[in-house]
Amino acid sequence: MSHDEVLTALCENARYSTEDIARQLDMEPAAVEAAIDSLEEDGVIRGYQPIVDRRKRDEESVRAAVELNVTLDRETGYEDIASRLAKFDLVDSLHLVSGEFDFFMEVEAGSMREVSQFVSDKVAPVPEITQTVTHYVMDSYKEQGILLGDGHDDDRLSVSP
Amino acid sequence: MKPAERIDRVPPSGIRRFFELAEQREDVISLGVGEPDFAAPWAAREAGIASLEQGKTSYTANRGRQDLRAAIAEDVDHRYDLDYDPDEEILVTAGASEAVDLAFRAFVDPGDTVAVAQPCYVSYVPGVRFAGGEVCPVPTRREDEFTLTPEVLADAGANEAEMLVLCYPNNPTGATMSRDELAEVADFARQHDLTVVSDEIYAELSYEHDHTSIATLPGMRERTIVINGFSKAYAMTGLRLGYVLAPAGATRAMNRVHQYTMLSAPTTAQHVALEALDSCEDVVAEMVSQYDRRRNLVLSRFEEMGIDCFPASGAFYAFPTTPWEDSEAFAEALLEETGVAAVPGDAFGEGGHGHLRVSYATGMDGLKEALDRIERFVETHDDPDA
Repeated sequence: MSHDEVLTALCENARYSTEDIARQLDMEPAAVEAAIDSLEEDGVIRGYQPIVDRRKRDEESVRAAVELNVTLDRETGYEDIASRLAKFDLVDSLHLVSGEFDFFMEVEAGSMREVSQFVSDKVAPVPEITQTVTHYVMDSYKEQGILLGDGHDDDRLSVSP
Repeated sequence: MKPAERIDRVPPSGIRRFFELAEQREDVISLGVGEPDFAAPWAAREAGIASLEQGKTSYTANRGRQDLRAAIAEDVDHRYDLDYDPDEEILVTAGASEAVDLAFRAFVDPGDTVAVAQPCYVSYVPGVRFAGGEVCPVPTRREDEFTLTPEVLADAGANEAEMLVLCYPNNPTGATMSRDELAEVADFARQHDLTVVSDEIYAELSYEHDHTSIATLPGMRERTIVINGFSKAYAMTGLRLGYVLAPAGATRAMNRVHQYTMLSAPTTAQHVALEALDSCEDVVAEMVSQYDRRRNLVLSRFEEMGIDCFPASGAFYAFPTTPWEDSEAFAEALLEETGVAAVPGDAFGEGGHGHLRVSYATGMDGLKEALDRIERFVETHDDPDA
């Protein structure tokens, strides 16, 4: 139970200090540490990363969503194909999905050329992959639950009853 | 033009002066806000937009849309075990504030005495006076954790009153009352034949126990006007939507005033509210858990600073004892030196002096910054009067 609450606080802001989480949840700091340790050990928490608005960065980066269709055979399952693809650094995320295609893969690279080369040289040649459709990201509006707009001003009166 | 005498004798809100001080500064972090920092749930806002697109801009029934009243009846039954007939016993109003005003105008005769549990929201006392009534302030106490007790009622002479106004969870203290504590107040009300106006606008924001409405206690339904609304739980203060739950005769009397002065509550807001009740329970639960974490943070920080603060368990307020005896001077100096605005308890009536209303309807980052500033201020500023 307390693990869930600690996780909720971290999902809101992974930079909350242990002491602050302890205050928020009315727990001892040591208990918060223990909860985080156990969430990490159990592999529930796999890492901590900032949510970056890439449009505000100077360096160009290109993201693409790639749909993949595959044909399985007796020796090869989804897991095998996935583990092969996921090892590439360019692959940000990889999901097996329902519907008209099998895998949904997000790729990030320095240029469109790099992405298309990756798809044509590394992904398409995999024998089980029968089709790839690459969608380049044109703009982003929300990232991991965070809206990327300019934010809304607090237009409340500074003091009210 | 000379205003009417009964208007003239009601002073402007004590909060106003503090608001003007805060407005003079650029870098204010406000812990002085009496409304949520969230926006209304998007699904509810979208329903309002859709209703405008469909041209639903006419009046509704005086009492409010029937489907909304039915949804309210179901909701209060489910949450608070309050059983009211949507056709006869529910009246939808322009904010809980209109409902408060209607209760006074419909039930207070000139010369009647209305006991008001204090410190309290700023509109009860003026509302009673506008209706021609006399106010009997009932100050609650830090040692009772600002709950209302038969002792403070008796001490204040509330037994002589015709009506009693209470608000739990409370603005400005953040106090809540348990069923057992309310039972004693209910006994007092029955014994002295008081009509009770129970402002339960913060009912959803009760962190330590489920909210109990005084109207659910034996013999109380027929003498109680319950006021609630959408402003706090659904973060839609500006849409102005509240409601009254009361026996048929009482809502009829209040509707008599409402139908001439308001005609009907804002139509768009009624569409938003209906959707809020239909589909936004999860969003509310999320807001409540966020407030609860902020509450814990605030209470822990005050404890660490050595500032006395009773464990507020409702609304989004903490009510610490100011380290200086003069709470108004403390609040002004705090604002002046640190840019943290919080309203001194004095602005909320008797029993508020010596305290500060700290609203945690402010994002976690701002809240932490404000608490850091308060801590530094308290460390470096002793009470000038001590």
